[in-house]
Amino acid sequence: MEAAAVFEIRSSDDVVRVRQEVRARAVAAGFGLVDQTKIVTAASELARNTLDHGGGGAVRVESVSQGGRRGVRLTFEDQGPGIPDVEQALKDGFTTGRGLGLGLGGSKRLSNEFAIDSAPGRGTRVTIARWNSR
Amino acid sequence: MAQNGSGSVAQAVAAHQDEIFSEWLALQMESGALRSGRIKEAELRTQCRAFLEVLREGLAEGGTDADAPVFGRAKEMLTEVSRSRGMQGFTPTETAAFVFSLKRPMFNALNRAIEAAASEGGGAVRAASAATARYTWDVTLLLDQLGLHTMEVFLKTREEVIARQGREISELSTPVVKLWDGVLALPLIGTLDSERTQVVMENLLQTIVDQSAEIAIIDITGVPTVDTLTAQHLLKTVAAARLMGADCIVSGIRPQIAQTMVHLGVELDVTSKATLADAFRVALTRIGRAVVKAPRVEAPAAGRR
Ligand SMILES: Nc1ncnc2c1ncn2[C@@H]1O[C@H](COP(=O)(O)OP(=O)(O)OP(=O)(O)O)[C@@H](O)[C@H]1O
Ligand SMILES: [Mg+2]
Repeated sequence: MEAAAVFEIRSSDDVVRVRQEVRARAVAAGFGLVDQTKIVTAASELARNTLDHGGGGAVRVESVSQGGRRGVRLTFEDQGPGIPDVEQALKDGFTTGRGLGLGLGGSKRLSNEFAIDSAPGRGTRVTIARWNSR
Repeated sequence: MAQNGSGSVAQAVAAHQDEIFSEWLALQMESGALRSGRIKEAELRTQCRAFLEVLREGLAEGGTDADAPVFGRAKEMLTEVSRSRGMQGFTPTETAAFVFSLKRPMFNALNRAIEAAASEGGGAVRAASAATARYTWDVTLLLDQLGLHTMEVFLKTREEVIARQGREISELSTPVVKLWDGVLALPLIGTLDSERTQVVMENLLQTIVDQSAEIAIIDITGVPTVDTLTAQHLLKTVAAARLMGADCIVSGIRPQIAQTMVHLGVELDVTSKATLADAFRVALTRIGRAVVKAPRVEAPAAGRR
């Protein structure tokens, strides 16, 4: 497996594909079932946000290691409308669509690292990482 | 020019049709078209002979452009060949080989025609060799176009197969099973975020009505990821079932899924059980039944094999 790979997110099939790729990375990094499920679920949320709110984009999937620990880092990027108020978007229950409004905040809670960079008109970039906790 | 040029190609093909046929057939057999056993030699022979015939007719009528009406029959035939190969699981290469392996025999036939002209000597030689390049180009272009047509049909056929399989899977994987009078189970398997969810939901609601069910157990042991969208689908299904007068129990939430749902902040406002068996026991209690241990009855020795 390459150290990093980029996948397009243009349809809901692509979201399924992203989940499968992330799962494979997590397994390769030695993740247990819980860690696997957490990063895969976070990836699913962010991939669907990229598709539904960002109008499509791409994700960069990386295998990383730090101080002997292995992990997976994901960077989701789109050139969509951006998020005017990131703090509000992170609040549970906030949605501009018809979702539960839990995806963004949930993916933050499911990750060890979370960074979001978004501005109206420019698009959105969300980076998360999860480390093997075993 | 086209008239003249293709006229000569047509003559070459007409004069050497038998050689073209046997060389073409031999090439396809060599390339392993028959090895897989998906097509019989007799069938391949019939296809080749019929195709050469319509190709010759098209050329005789002055066509060099595959889109010209004179090649309509040829394309129809390729459509059939390609479609049947697509259905039978031939690879793209094996399918395209039908047309592309015709190139060499066609060129050989042109060469023979030119050699024949050469033996007549004089001006015929020069005229023939001048035309060679043009014929070659015409034939290449024609066969390439026909080859592309073959591939287009092939891909379309494969897409149709995939779409049909998709529909079959969405039907197959959403069976609603009756566990007891008034108790249904819906074992979900796979991804829940496609149009499948709609089918699943309608299926369940219809069965609840048909069987006047009181309890529906939705088992998600086979769902690999439960994210907010999956949760939302589940919640909607539970709410709709409730409106039809049935209570839902969600079973098969594995420990890692449960933990993840807590982090996501998703609450399924519904009874949940670890296993389908546990959910079934709860369902039975609710409809006033219980599973009790029966005294073991020794089967009579006689009549047993
Ligand atoms: N990539 C993005 N581009 C633009 N807006 C976004 C993006 N990601 C999130 N948002 C905004 O943030 C809001 C909250 O996102 P969040 O994922 O938490 O909820 P949701 O997608 O609406 O519902 P769900 O619970 O199904 O995920 C979205 O409704 C949307 O307005
Ligand atoms: Mg979301």
